Amino acid sequence: MSLSVSLRHSLPGFDLDVSFDAPRGLTVLFGASGSGKTTVIEAAAGLLRPDAGRVAAGDHVLFDTDARHWLPPHRRRLGYIFQESRLFPHLTVRQNLLYGHWFAPRSAARGELDRVVEMLGVGHLLTRRPAKLSGGEKQRVAIGRALLASPKLILADEPLAALDEARKAEILPYFERLRDETSVPILYVSHSATEVARLATTVVALEAGKVARQGTAAEVLGDPAFRPGSVRGVGAMLEARVLAHHDDGLSELDAKGARLLVPRVPQAPGQGLRVRIMGQDVTIALSKPENISALNVLAGTVEEVSPGSGPGAVVALNTKAGRVLARVTKRSAAALKLAPGLPCYAIIKTVSIAPQDVGG
Amino acid sequence: MTDWLGPEEWQAVGLSLKVAFWATLGILPLGIFTAHVLARWDFVGKQILNGLVHLPLILPPVVTGYLLLMGFGTRGPLGGLLQEVGIVVAFRWSGAALAAGIMAFPLLVRSIRLSMEAVDPKLEQAAATLGASRFWVFVTVTLPLILPGILAGSVVAFAKAMGEFGATITFVSNIPGQTQTLPLAVYSFLQVPGGEDAAMRLVVVSVVVAMGALVLSEVLARRIARRVAGT
Repeated sequence: MSLSVSLRHSLPGFDLDVSFDAPRGLTVLFGASGSGKTTVIEAAAGLLRPDAGRVAAGDHVLFDTDARHWLPPHRRRLGYIFQESRLFPHLTVRQNLLYGHWFAPRSAARGELDRVVEMLGVGHLLTRRPAKLSGGEKQRVAIGRALLASPKLILADEPLAALDEARKAEILPYFERLRDETSVPILYVSHSATEVARLATTVVALEAGKVARQGTAAEVLGDPAFRPGSVRGVGAMLEARVLAHHDDGLSELDAKGARLLVPRVPQAPGQGLRVRIMGQDVTIALSKPENISALNVLAGTVEEVSPGSGPGAVVALNTKAGRVLARVTKRSAAALKLAPGLPCYAIIKTVSIAPQDVGG
Repeated sequence: MTDWLGPEEWQAVGLSLKVAFWATLGILPLGIFTAHVLARWDFVGKQILNGLVHLPLILPPVVTGYLLLMGFGTRGPLGGLLQEVGIVVAFRWSGAALAAGIMAFPLLVRSIRLSMEAVDPKLEQAAATLGASRFWVFVTVTLPLILPGILAGSVVAFAKAMGEFGATITFVSNIPGQTQTLPLAVYSFLQVPGGEDAAMRLVVVSVVVAMGALVLSEVLARRIARRVAGT
């Protein structure tokens, strides 16, 4: 099921004009605060009435102003996961989970509770009330509550933003499973490049109320002109597969034939995963380096040099593993005479690859 | 124990409890609805509605009673209408309940409105996105969360209804066994020589009933609040 969004809305001092179609999977609506992503998701939920537009999940049309069609929120068949979980304080975890289920059509699958409870690992919490849960537990219950409503569209509004790093790492895998196991389109609002790299099937990047770019996660993150947050967020994403785990705490990955060594990952050999390589962690060498401590050396050619406004430049390298972005100074780029077509090596220290940047 | 109070005094206590009970119960649905309208809706004339609701609180009770007499008396427009369907409130205990209810109404609405404004509208939005219509959002989310406010408001309204004097005596007069509630009885006893003892006994009864209601509501409110907060 695909997702189709087109919206026009005027707010004081801000005009939103957004239109995109996304294939099945998880679509990350990416942008800084004030870019309009919250307006889009609220319009999709029916909590805000836009001036004009249409939103449809597959053939389920939520609204279409041209056709004078407007479903109220409760008839949109949504699973909305909020930033602050919004669990009902007077209900137990079990009653919270089943809340949307009560209102779902009778034809909706029964006996789903056990499967969702098992998937989210909330079985031991069922009789508790939300006030007694940790932030991560609350968000897991909120995910379950959205799933059990048998939604036709899952909306997630920065569901990890209110959590600390450890809780984020705890919740991210559940969204990965959600993306891989459900056929329901997911619209996921985020301003975190990590979440884009880990979760996105499709990225729609918003800037000042317009779609700035759209593509797969690898395409958008591999674009040297794409600056998530700041230039410090530049980092391409490689798709790889676990080959083996080594005794010294490293895992060996296969990225389209290239070998990568990363700190130990929990995935079993054979499983696919994504690795985000931060631009500032990549060193460029013109000859194959020898006797260095860095474990990953990828041969490739320069594709593009994109100078920034400051002293730096982002260099796109085409390697066997995929596109890698490197941040270097303009001085180094000039000294090495980096230009499209130049053969070179990308050097990546294993320890610089953060655990949250590696995942399914 | 029963001869502690005379039959006339028992009658006044029983009547007061009956009047206050039905007054509170009667205004509860409208009070919840009005509080909801004032807390959640935006419309032109909201301040006028708010003023109307609070009118009995700020008008002299005698004026409220007189207005009731004009409206609900047997010759009043509403009284005549009720008489058509066989209901007479003038000079009956039901009239006393009506007067008490109207006097207690602003207190009930205030209390419920306060607790409703404390309910996070984001929870109601979440319920709507999960498939609950406005009615079900109200029944399954808003109502349980404002229960402490409803309870506290009901107790205050009950106490106000028990103590109502001015509007009641103006509207339905002071008829023993019909409309002579506890405060009216106290007043009557104080008008006759040697009635101080009976008046004093009724004063003790009022204090006990008021305190009992207050303690009961505190206990219940705390229990409900704990349930609602989930701790």
